[in-house]
Amino acid sequence: MNNKQQHIILKTENLTIGYASKKVETIVASNINMALQRGQLIGLVGANGIGKSTFLRTLTNVQNKLSGSVFLNKQNLDTFTQIDLAKTMSLVLTEKIASKNLSVFELVSLGRQPYTNWVGNLSETDLEVVSRALKQTNIETLKDKKCFELSDGQLQKVMIARALAQDTDLIILDEPTTHLDMYHKAYILKLLQKLVKETNKTILFSSHEIDLAIQLCDTMVVMTHNSVITDTPCNLISEGVFDTLFPKDLITFNNQTGSFRINK
Amino acid sequence: MNTNYTFAFITLVIILIICFFANISLGSVSIPLSAIFESFIGTLDHESWPYIIKDYRLPKAFTAILVGSGLGISGLLMQTLFRNPLAGPFVLGISSGASLGVALIILGVGIFGGAYATFFVSKWSIIIAASLGSFLVLSAVLIVSSKVRDTMAILIIGLMFGSITAAVVSVLSYFSSAEQLQQYIFWGFGSLGNLSWQELGIFFIVYSLGILLTLFSIKGLNSLLLGENYAKSLGLNIKQTRLIIILATSLLAGTITAFAGPIAFIGLAIPHITRQVFTTSNHKVLLPAVFLFGAIIMLICDSIAQLPTSDYFLPINAITSLIGAPVVIWLLVRKRKMLF
Repeated sequence: MNNKQQHIILKTENLTIGYASKKVETIVASNINMALQRGQLIGLVGANGIGKSTFLRTLTNVQNKLSGSVFLNKQNLDTFTQIDLAKTMSLVLTEKIASKNLSVFELVSLGRQPYTNWVGNLSETDLEVVSRALKQTNIETLKDKKCFELSDGQLQKVMIARALAQDTDLIILDEPTTHLDMYHKAYILKLLQKLVKETNKTILFSSHEIDLAIQLCDTMVVMTHNSVITDTPCNLISEGVFDTLFPKDLITFNNQTGSFRINK
Repeated sequence: MNTNYTFAFITLVIILIICFFANISLGSVSIPLSAIFESFIGTLDHESWPYIIKDYRLPKAFTAILVGSGLGISGLLMQTLFRNPLAGPFVLGISSGASLGVALIILGVGIFGGAYATFFVSKWSIIIAASLGSFLVLSAVLIVSSKVRDTMAILIIGLMFGSITAAVVSVLSYFSSAEQLQQYIFWGFGSLGNLSWQELGIFFIVYSLGILLTLFSIKGLNSLLLGENYAKSLGLNIKQTRLIIILATSLLAGTITAFAGPIAFIGLAIPHITRQVFTTSNHKVLLPAVFLFGAIIMLICDSIAQLPTSDYFLPINAITSLIGAPVVIWLLVRKRKMLF
C-alpha cells in the first residue's frame, strides 16, 4: 500500500466541480475522491452530461473547482505556476485548433514552448524530442503537411505527438476518439496504450468507447450520478458498475462480452 | 524552417530598395536616380531638386515604409489574436476614435465657432485630436472588454464602438458647412506627404515601441494559433500576452492614424498577401515578411497616387483599395485557399 502511495500521480480530495456565477453555483458532481497510479492508461467513462468534460477541465485548470483539492505529483494544483504546470501536464482537447495553416512539424514543435527561449527557438534537444514524438506516433511522413490537408484520424495523432513533445508526466485527452471511424478509434486508443508502455507516462482520457476502454485500460474511472469509482476494468465488471452507467430501458451491459447490447 | 525563406527575404529586400528609390524619383517632376545619390552626398547642383528630395520626397518615402509595415504588422497581430482572417488594425476602434477626435476639431468649429476655429485647426491639433480620440475610444473598448472573458466579444465590442462614433460623426456632419465637411473628408483620404523630419522622428519613436512589444509577443502569438486553451496549457499567460498584443497594435495603428490619417485596407490585406508567399504560420518568419510586404506595397501605392509627371495626386486611401483589393482577390482565386 505504501508503495502504491509513492506512485500516485493525480489525486483528488473531496473535489466538487461545476460552474459558479455571481449568484448561483451549479454543482455538476461533488465529493470526488480519486487516486491515479503513475505509468498507466486510464479511461474516464460516463453518460453524456454526467460531467466528464467539466471534471477534466477542472483537473487541467481550464476551469475553477468549487471546492476540495487536486494534487498533481503530490503538489496542490493551485500552487503550480503556469509554466511548471505546462511541464507536468499536457492536453489534447476536443476544440479545433485555431489555425489549420500550421504544418505538422510546426504544430508538434509548439509542444516545446515551455522549454524554449523568449522567441521560441528550438534547441538540439527540442528537435530531438520533436522527432521522437513524430516517430512514436508514426507520423514522420506527414511532417511537412499542412493541418488542413490531414484527415481527422491523422490530425488526432498530430495532437497526441504535440502533447508528447511537451514531455510531461501526465497527458490528458478529452474524448480523443470522437469523429473517428471504428478502426481509427481502436488505432488511437491502442497507440495510447503503446505510448504508456514505451514512455512510462500516465495517460488519462475520457471516452464513450466503453468496450474498447475495458479491453485496453489499466484503470478506469466511472462517473455516475451518485459516485466516481476508480478500479481495474475486471473489478468494475464483477462489481456490476457498468450496469449503473445508463438507464436500462434500451441497453444492458453484458458481463461475458464486456460490452453493451441492445435489449431485444 | 527559416532557411527555406532566405531567397524570398533577399528578393523582398531588393524589391524594397528599388521601390524606395523609384518612389523618391517619381512625382510631379521626375528626378533621375543619379541626382538622388548626388543629393545624398550633398554634391547635387540643382535649383530645386535637393529641397524636393530632402524636405518632401525622402520623409514621404520613410512615412510610407512606416505606415505600410506598421499597419501590416498590426493587422497580423489582430488576425492572430482574434483568430479571424477579417480582423484588421482598426477592429479595436482606433480609426473610429481618431475620426471622432478629428471630426470634433474640424466639424466642431461650426458649432463652437469663432476663435476656436483659427486656434485649433492646425496640423498638430489634428494629430493630437486623432491620438486623443483613438486613445479614448480604445480605452472604452478595453474597459468594457475587461468585463468579458471571451476574446471574440472584444471584436464585437470594438465594432459597436465604431458604430457609435460613426453616428456621432454623422450628427456633427449634419450641422457642418460644406467647407468643413470637405476638410474632414480630405483628412479621411489619408496623406503620407505632410510630415516634417521632426514629426517623422516622433512617429518613428512610437512606432519602434510598438515593434519592440511585437517582438516580445512572437512566442505567444505562435501558441495562440492553437487556440487559447492550448496556449494556456503551454504555459502562456493569456491575459498578459493579450495586453501586450493590444498595446503594440494601439501604438502602431494609433500613431499611423494620427500622422497619416485612417489608411484603409493595407492592414487587412498585407498579412494575407504575405501568407500566400510565406506558407508558414511561424510569426518569427511572418513578422519580418509582413514588414517588407507592407513597406513595398505602400511605396508602390504612394508612387501611383502621385500620378508621375502630372501636377495632380490621388487620395492614398483610394489607391490602397483600388490596387490592393484586386491583388488579394487574384491571389485567393489562384490559390483557391484562404490560408490562415
